[in-house]
Amino acid sequence: MNGYWSDIFTGSKSLVTGLLITAREFFKPVVTEQYPYEVPTMTPLFRGHIELIGNEETGQPNCVVCGLCQRACPSICISLEGKKAEGEGAKGKVLTSYVLDFTKCSLCGSCVESCNFNALRFSKEYNLASFDKNDFIMDLLKRVEDQNRCKH
Amino acid sequence: MDTSIWRALFYLVGIMAFAGLNAAYLGWCERKGAARIQRRIGPCEAGWAGLAQPLADGLKLLSKQLLVPQGVDGIIFRVAPVLAMIPAITSMVVIPFSGNIEARAMELSVLLLFALASLGMIAILLGGWASGNKYAIISSARAVSQNLAYEIPMLVTVITIVMISGSMNLREIALDQMGGFWHWNIFRLENGHFLTMWISFIIFFICSVAETNRAPFDMAEAESELVAGFMTEYGSMGFGLFMMGEYLNIVVGACLTTTLFLGGWDCPFGKTPGVWWFLVKIYILIFTFIWIRWTYPRTQIYRLLNLSWKILIPFSLANLLITAALIKVF
Amino acid sequence: MTVPISLRHDETFVLNLGPQHPATHGVLRVILTLDGEYVVKAEPVLGYVHRMHEKLAEGGTFAQFMPNTARMDYLHALAFNHGWALVVEKAAGIEVPERAEYIRVITVELNRIASHLLWWAAFLLDLGGFTPLLYAFDDREKIIDLLERVTGSRLTYCYMRFGGVYNDIDDEFIAGTRDFIKRLRSRMPRFYHDLVTHNIILIKRIKDIGIITPEQCRRYGATGPVARGSGISYDIRKNEPYSVYPEFDFDIPVFDECDSMARYMVRMHEMEQSLRIIEQALDKLPDGPVMGKAPKVLKPEAGYYYSAVETARGSLGHRLVCDGGKNPYKVKLRSPTFSNLSLYGEVAEGMMLADALAFMGSLDLVIPEIDR
Repeated sequence: MNGYWSDIFTGSKSLVTGLLITAREFFKPVVTEQYPYEVPTMTPLFRGHIELIGNEETGQPNCVVCGLCQRACPSICISLEGKKAEGEGAKGKVLTSYVLDFTKCSLCGSCVESCNFNALRFSKEYNLASFDKNDFIMDLLKRVEDQNRCKH
Repeated sequence: MDTSIWRALFYLVGIMAFAGLNAAYLGWCERKGAARIQRRIGPCEAGWAGLAQPLADGLKLLSKQLLVPQGVDGIIFRVAPVLAMIPAITSMVVIPFSGNIEARAMELSVLLLFALASLGMIAILLGGWASGNKYAIISSARAVSQNLAYEIPMLVTVITIVMISGSMNLREIALDQMGGFWHWNIFRLENGHFLTMWISFIIFFICSVAETNRAPFDMAEAESELVAGFMTEYGSMGFGLFMMGEYLNIVVGACLTTTLFLGGWDCPFGKTPGVWWFLVKIYILIFTFIWIRWTYPRTQIYRLLNLSWKILIPFSLANLLITAALIKVF
Repeated sequence: MTVPISLRHDETFVLNLGPQHPATHGVLRVILTLDGEYVVKAEPVLGYVHRMHEKLAEGGTFAQFMPNTARMDYLHALAFNHGWALVVEKAAGIEVPERAEYIRVITVELNRIASHLLWWAAFLLDLGGFTPLLYAFDDREKIIDLLERVTGSRLTYCYMRFGGVYNDIDDEFIAGTRDFIKRLRSRMPRFYHDLVTHNIILIKRIKDIGIITPEQCRRYGATGPVARGSGISYDIRKNEPYSVYPEFDFDIPVFDECDSMARYMVRMHEMEQSLRIIEQALDKLPDGPVMGKAPKVLKPEAGYYYSAVETARGSLGHRLVCDGGKNPYKVKLRSPTFSNLSLYGEVAEGMMLADALAFMGSLDLVIPEIDR
């Protein structure tokens, strides 16, 4: 019999305490964020997929095709190509294609960190879902052009 | 002759509608209630405040194929969900909703109710057995031992009530408690029954939670141990019927508790008795079922049997003796 | 509750628990031989999420392995980050500025609390209590928001760098962390202890269930809360201090009951100790850079290096072999959950099915970290 009555007593007390706690929560407002309807504010450092930074004035990407990001990437998901710059007084290279295979990307940020030319940043996009795998093979150069078009 | 046919039809439609609406919308209530307790919103997409959710769920379950896996006992597998549903609906026949709303007044309606309640257990046993799934068989074995253990204290408390009221007719028992809450069996001043009856009420309530396989006694469908217990192999409406049967059992349990302990359709102040009081009482009890489910963790099968054999049965027997003594003395 | 097993008439059957099962938290498979509901034999089967992380390390540079570390123990990713950073820093002889060390400790401890909260939630889910999960996630969400602010990610962090951390913490983070400490301390008694710890159903469910003797802990190499719940006071943060842990005043909670309840209590108390560490670290936080001088291309001298950290689940060892090149020659991890799981088969014998699963929950398994 040892502990029989105390078990019944403390047990019932603990059960009633539990019920009172959940009852009080019942009348409190919800704490969840209503996902598709409410847009969360992303923190300044949020790592979405990467995107190219366009020049403030010309809108052309800052990228000089050094390929450091490609080498830093642990998942081999960046492929970029460039050609020699043409025209008067031009030097260096011009980006002709910059493709991110987001299906492989692990969002580690090594590419952005390795860039010395302020050419890459993280986008703030978080609604990344699709039925088509090809949607995640992103042409970032085209993205920069689209952004320029929106701006003007 | 004519009126009796209309009467039968009226009650048939009425009970089916009451059962169907409860089975569908208690699911919604449960989800909303759980959401509020957990500070979420719960179903909100289908219809206003998700009120069309039961319809959407029902349509989805109806339109799915009734899959009968290989190696199951086909006939029993198909019959079991129906068996879970029928006794629960049939039980409603003898429940007195108010002084003049009762489909069939029977002298032994309490006994009939308990007989039907045991049939629900058989549905679980058959469903689990016919599935041929190890989880399902473990689950049905648990359900049977649990139901057997909890029927004893439940019936002993009912005997206490029957002794007080002197009748096994639910209607008589309810009528015996008319005239304000101090006449209800749980608070009954007469003969000093309130001293023990509130304990009987708690025992009866715990037993009805266990009988309906609700958390914290949901050993039979313990999803983190037995996947879905006896329902593991069921899809589409087979699963749907089991779910509806479970909710209907809760309704029957609440109706029975109300009639036996809470004065049936009586008003607490003895003024305006009627069916609305009955409904208020059963929905408060049903909400308590939901509230309990979303508060406690699940217990263990041997703890559950310990609770029944070591605490509930001795207490209910002691209550029986004390009540008998009180009746004899006064 | 240990019950003698009878093997009469060989009435046993085999139950394949997993790889897809609600209680195995991922893809662990346990082959259970059951006699009725009693477990006669339990055999965990591993390898369903083996991704060759250790081998992958050999294919890239030292820095390129950093994101992989977070994918192993995704619940305490920062400790794995920290462990890898420590061993490489040891190999390459990189100095870490003091501010960076403090930030590491703050973020790792925050992450430890998040991991324990998630364990608590998942454990209660194993026991059939769904509501505590949501309450714990409410608190955990606050930590994740804080960590997202400094690290940029929410779960699989890649925050540590050789010689420091990726990003400095700001005033908003510090204020938010102090708020969080206050919040968790005020919620702890009600939502964690009154609702769950003192609940008679839970106590009856996990007290005296899953007794792991200290001898078994030593034999299987169990560490972390599993060992500390068996009365072994072993915590890398105290016993083999690393980083700036010696500068903080904190206790190692040890319970002697050896049962699931003891492991539960160890974790609950550890959360409070982590809060204490964070509080002290925020008070003492020195100024200065968060990145030390580290060469762009690391070429550690050839040799063997080892360093250990304490994760939420136990001691994690990184073994690194260098041959003087840009890439690690060989990496081997000693992950805590692997050892903690290996004792499962021996201890679970004779338990009932539901108890065996509750016991598994109390071990706090993270399968991707076992399989790597």
